[in-house]
Amino acid sequence: MAMAIEATEPDKTAAPPIIDTEDVHLWYGSNEALKGINLTFKEHEITALIGPSGCGKSTYLRTLNRMNDLIPGVTIKGEVKLKGKDIYAPGNDTVSLRKEVGMVFQQPNPFPFSIYDNVTYGLRLGKQHTREQLDEAVETALRQAAVWEEVKDKLHDSALGLSGGQQQRVCIARVLAVKPDVVLLDEPTSALDPISSSQIESMLVALKKDYTIILVTHNMSQASRISDRTAFFLQGHLVEYDDTKTIFLNPHKKETEDYISGRFG
Amino acid sequence: MRRVFEDELNDLHVRFSEMGMMVNEAIYKSVKAFINHDKELARDVITSDHLINEREVDLEKRSFELIALQQPVTTDLRTIVTVMKASSDLERMGDHAVSISKSTIRVKGTTRVPKVEQDIASMAELVKEMVNEVLDAYVKSDDKRALQIANEDHGINHYSDLIYETCLEIMQKDPATVPGSMDYLFVSSYLERIGDYVTNICEWIVYLQTGKIVELNSNAKEDDF
Repeated sequence: MAMAIEATEPDKTAAPPIIDTEDVHLWYGSNEALKGINLTFKEHEITALIGPSGCGKSTYLRTLNRMNDLIPGVTIKGEVKLKGKDIYAPGNDTVSLRKEVGMVFQQPNPFPFSIYDNVTYGLRLGKQHTREQLDEAVETALRQAAVWEEVKDKLHDSALGLSGGQQQRVCIARVLAVKPDVVLLDEPTSALDPISSSQIESMLVALKKDYTIILVTHNMSQASRISDRTAFFLQGHLVEYDDTKTIFLNPHKKETEDYISGRFG
Repeated sequence: MRRVFEDELNDLHVRFSEMGMMVNEAIYKSVKAFINHDKELARDVITSDHLINEREVDLEKRSFELIALQQPVTTDLRTIVTVMKASSDLERMGDHAVSISKSTIRVKGTTRVPKVEQDIASMAELVKEMVNEVLDAYVKSDDKRALQIANEDHGINHYSDLIYETCLEIMQKDPATVPGSMDYLFVSSYLERIGDYVTNICEWIVYLQTGKIVELNSNAKEDDF
């Protein structure tokens, strides 16, 4: 990875971005999936990444916590900085990176354990915790994920017995339990019914005061409803990145307008 | 998510009602200034009008944002459409208050006719009452009340006819009253127009509740030609 060049004069007027990516390229073999993405994410905001299938938005999301590393034939170039530090720098540990940058996937993927063990899974990987600390962490995380009331009486039942929406919220609680700074979500509601989706959307809006949220979604109305900023990807390029209001009311690029209006994609 | 949307919708309602109060105050002041020959108060109405215009733009912007970002349907969508349409009616009412104020500044010093001024005062009282009532009906989404209020518009038209007849009469008798009477006629027609806008808002309240676009007190049907 390229050496980080220190900015000569930091911008004192704006809060520093929590994630700053510069000229990110990614190849699957010889196929260039990301063609130089420059994006910065501010703390305590929800950013939606939108675009048609194959535009690179999920690939880009996965570069933010190095989920692409293990895919054979992947080459990544460019710079991804978390709080000013290059996450691809040699010697960086992906386990500690993923404690800071958690990820939630499209299909709820609880482990075949109890709800309690699912939520504490990440914590147990780290240092020792007392029973009380774990109990408290479980309750806090499940409350933040807006699923506590529904599962508090069956914490030791298998998470697989829950509904899809509940499973997804337990998975979000599992991410929140390790107290990350950033939560990445890859189409978190596309496998869920409208009510469960709406619960997750409300939860995300409530969570942004404590976390930075980056969300890939195919659901345009979801992006418009909950995000502060929206990035539109097309064929590996970042076409437009702006306040969600601007993107949905008055985008600057014709491609953005056409996609959002449903003219293609 | 519903909660965030409802908060914003509620905010829209509150801002619309505030705009209604601003317009009502402008009408009240403009008529009071006209009756009392109070130039200062009339100027006050004219200089404050931009606040009403800005509020309309603000409501429009918020409505666009809600439509684009929340994709409302059914009653939610009708609520936003109602605010957009009714706020432009309110804005026009504010413009008429400005016109009345301009007449006030002009009329000073010309020969006056107390009888006509009395009628204008009564007419204005009725208009003000209608504006109050329509705002209340809007807040309560009361479409039955809206229909009743639209009916009261006939009373206003009655005054408008009366003032027209009287002015015609006095102008024939005493040409010195012509400049003043012209303004009386203008003011009476501004008030009459404000009443028509109240009727428009009544139509929007009916639309909000029933989804039907109705035409109340159609001008074409009202007079016999």
